[in-house]
Amino acid sequence: MKVLQVIQSAYRCTIEEQDDPVVWFIQVLESIGGDVDILLRANAVNYAVKGQVVEGLSFGEWKQSFPAKLDEDLQQCLDKGMKVYAISEDISKRGIPEEKLLEGIEQLSFKKLPQLFENYEQVWHW
Amino acid sequence: MSKIVLSFLLMDGPFEQARTTTAFRMIDAALDKGYDVKVFTYEGGVSLAFAHQKPHANSVHGRTFDEENHPLTKDWIAALFNKAKSKGCELEWVNCGLCVDERGVNDAIEGCRRGAPKDFWEWSKEANGTLVIGTK
Repeated sequence: MKVLQVIQSAYRCTIEEQDDPVVWFIQVLESIGGDVDILLRANAVNYAVKGQVVEGLSFGEWKQSFPAKLDEDLQQCLDKGMKVYAISEDISKRGIPEEKLLEGIEQLSFKKLPQLFENYEQVWHW
Repeated sequence: MSKIVLSFLLMDGPFEQARTTTAFRMIDAALDKGYDVKVFTYEGGVSLAFAHQKPHANSVHGRTFDEENHPLTKDWIAALFNKAKSKGCELEWVNCGLCVDERGVNDAIEGCRRGAPKDFWEWSKEANGTLVIGTK
């Protein structure tokens, strides 16, 4: 089964979880043989920006060891052969420069979504 | 000069929203300034102090249990209690009793207690500032 995973809700609990739970879930599916690709939309397009730093969180003596590295997690998905799409209108609306995006991210317009969906048996919208 | 007192109401459960971390950062900053802080948790927020939260390893990231050092909100609260003590501040943490019962999260870490909306009402009458962080 080929499934497109649409991620919309972003940075929801990435600090506590030290990753995005949806990206994590997708990686687990891939590791058990799932044929999955990712489409980033809305605020989630920012996951494709290189060099995000969220280090230094501490409360009293508690200090975070492994802050989320969402760009590295997406790179891991790309390295495993998953396709990672991002909506071009959402990228431009947020003023994200082209050179800041991870290489391998495939941008596409909202208008192309019906054609993209045709390539998948299911579309899961997170 | 009398001490500044801030009261907070937190409604989101752990591992759901960035609002939770933001609230903890504000409480931490208030303690840094030497303020007394009173926290009332409501609905899902009562699970923030649940004593049986457990960390886990992260196989997706190839990290062992120890390496992952997974964040738990109960540990953040404990760290804030310790910070308050070291700063000579008062930190009060009250969980809505009915919400606790609904969720079966009676076992809160040391320092927290059960309470009711009346606690928050009374605090807020006296506090220099009140911030309600509701679930959206």
